[in-house]
Amino acid sequence: MKQSIFTVKENTRLTDTVLRMVLAGDTSAITATGQFVNVLLEGKYLRRPISVCDWAEGELTLIYKVVGGGTEQMSKMQAGEELDILSGLGNGYNTAKCGERPLLIGGGVGVPPLYALCKKLIAEGKDPHVILGFNTAQEVFLKQDFEALGVKVTVATADGSMGVKGFVTDAMKELDYDYFFTCGPEPMFKAIEKIAKTSGQYSFEERMGCGFGACMGCSCKTKYGNKRICKEGPVMEREEIIW
Amino acid sequence: MVNTKVTLCGTELKNPIIPASGTYGFGYEFADIYDINVLGSLSFKGTTLEPRFGNPTPRIAECAEGMLNAVGLQNPGVDKVIAEELPKLKACFEGPIMANVSGFSLDQYRETVRRLDAEKQIAWFEINVSCPNVHGGGMSFGTDPKAAASVTAEVRKVTDKPIIMKLTPNVTDIVSIAKACEEAGADGISMINTLLGMVIDLKTKKPVLANKMGGFSGPAIKPVAVRMIYQVYEAVKIPIVGMGGVSNAEDVIELMLAGATAVQVGAANLREPFACKRIIEDLPKAMKKYGITNLQDIIGGAH
Repeated sequence: MKQSIFTVKENTRLTDTVLRMVLAGDTSAITATGQFVNVLLEGKYLRRPISVCDWAEGELTLIYKVVGGGTEQMSKMQAGEELDILSGLGNGYNTAKCGERPLLIGGGVGVPPLYALCKKLIAEGKDPHVILGFNTAQEVFLKQDFEALGVKVTVATADGSMGVKGFVTDAMKELDYDYFFTCGPEPMFKAIEKIAKTSGQYSFEERMGCGFGACMGCSCKTKYGNKRICKEGPVMEREEIIW
Repeated sequence: MVNTKVTLCGTELKNPIIPASGTYGFGYEFADIYDINVLGSLSFKGTTLEPRFGNPTPRIAECAEGMLNAVGLQNPGVDKVIAEELPKLKACFEGPIMANVSGFSLDQYRETVRRLDAEKQIAWFEINVSCPNVHGGGMSFGTDPKAAASVTAEVRKVTDKPIIMKLTPNVTDIVSIAKACEEAGADGISMINTLLGMVIDLKTKKPVLANKMGGFSGPAIKPVAVRMIYQVYEAVKIPIVGMGGVSNAEDVIELMLAGATAVQVGAANLREPFACKRIIEDLPKAMKKYGITNLQDIIGGAH
């Protein structure tokens, strides 16, 4: 974990409510895809945990949805403004456990952390297939970015305005895969859990106090004992989760 | 040169800064990012006789200049604390440790303290009779002078170490409870625990916390802490460990002027993991600014 100041390089709207923020700063504490950062905002007492979409030396990319006052404030930030960020939080995805043909399943604002994961899997010589689930075509983001990586991408929209009509699970049914990684809302997780044919990893969300394991605000019970979403999570293996 | 040393119930602290129980785990999460030996002491995560998972989530809510928590005393139980947590804490911290203990009956308080008593690095017991987030224990002992006194007397039976009773502000007359603890043999008072509060989410139209109510902490509560420390200082002879919304060196001086001998830092650790380190580094500068040479000399200076 590191606390440091990042400078906003760009803050672009991808859809009505989702933005991409690229920041310059020290990313050396980020060690795994699926980790998150905790962002301090002016006038807000607690930090905002946001998953890392991608990072490189000196550059951090966050994709976030405006859901309340804190993210609203972030959405108004301009290039050159600074943010106090705790980076390198959480365990992240463990790619050592997956096979040759992993499925990456993202729902809504759960999609971003799968981007860096997808790049990592490709670099490891795997052949990932990405399913992106949204409510409508207007809400779709990152589709082209995934396609530019050269992987197969299936979009599912609840209203059928793009891709498969229905949920990510409707897109999953026909596919052949030997492992899965997912991030998204819990109802989606429960639907995946019912039909998934292999082992996999889920990335969870919870209201956090600190984000680094001190306050026990985000604890959950697992088959392997109590865990903190922020510290031993946010990524959990399918086998340990108590639904 | 300024002197930041204070003496709390016979043990000297290099400075008065103590991370508050429940905001600092058992120290080692913070030792990953800075040397926690800069601390005066630390009060470890509230420990009970049996393991506890605590309350359902969400356990955390935010408000203006503060936060609410309803963790509910999650801890692995005293035996695991002794076997697994304290060795890790001792590996990264050499100073005196404040052992925070909670219970749901007199027997549980006594037995938990008895098991921890052999730990040499524990310099004080901080007995929590003020947790607002559990039922049938915690705060129910701290809202009645007789019950608070009975916990003090029960714990006194099994330890010769100083007993510091941690009090709740959720009472009409905190002074009478502090006095009852002093008469029952307490060596110090620690105050204030969190204020019972609630936050309602306008989108769901329901309380944010699964427990509905939670303990309110952060800068917003500091004037309540200062007022209560001031009142208790006038009424008791035993030292006070002050806490409540402390986020900088000036706040430390303010609580000490009200009557605190040492000062705990709570919610600030969660917002800013380096908070205690920064406050300790800023303390000499703030002392110079306000013409203070010996920190010990300003205790109760506002009276």
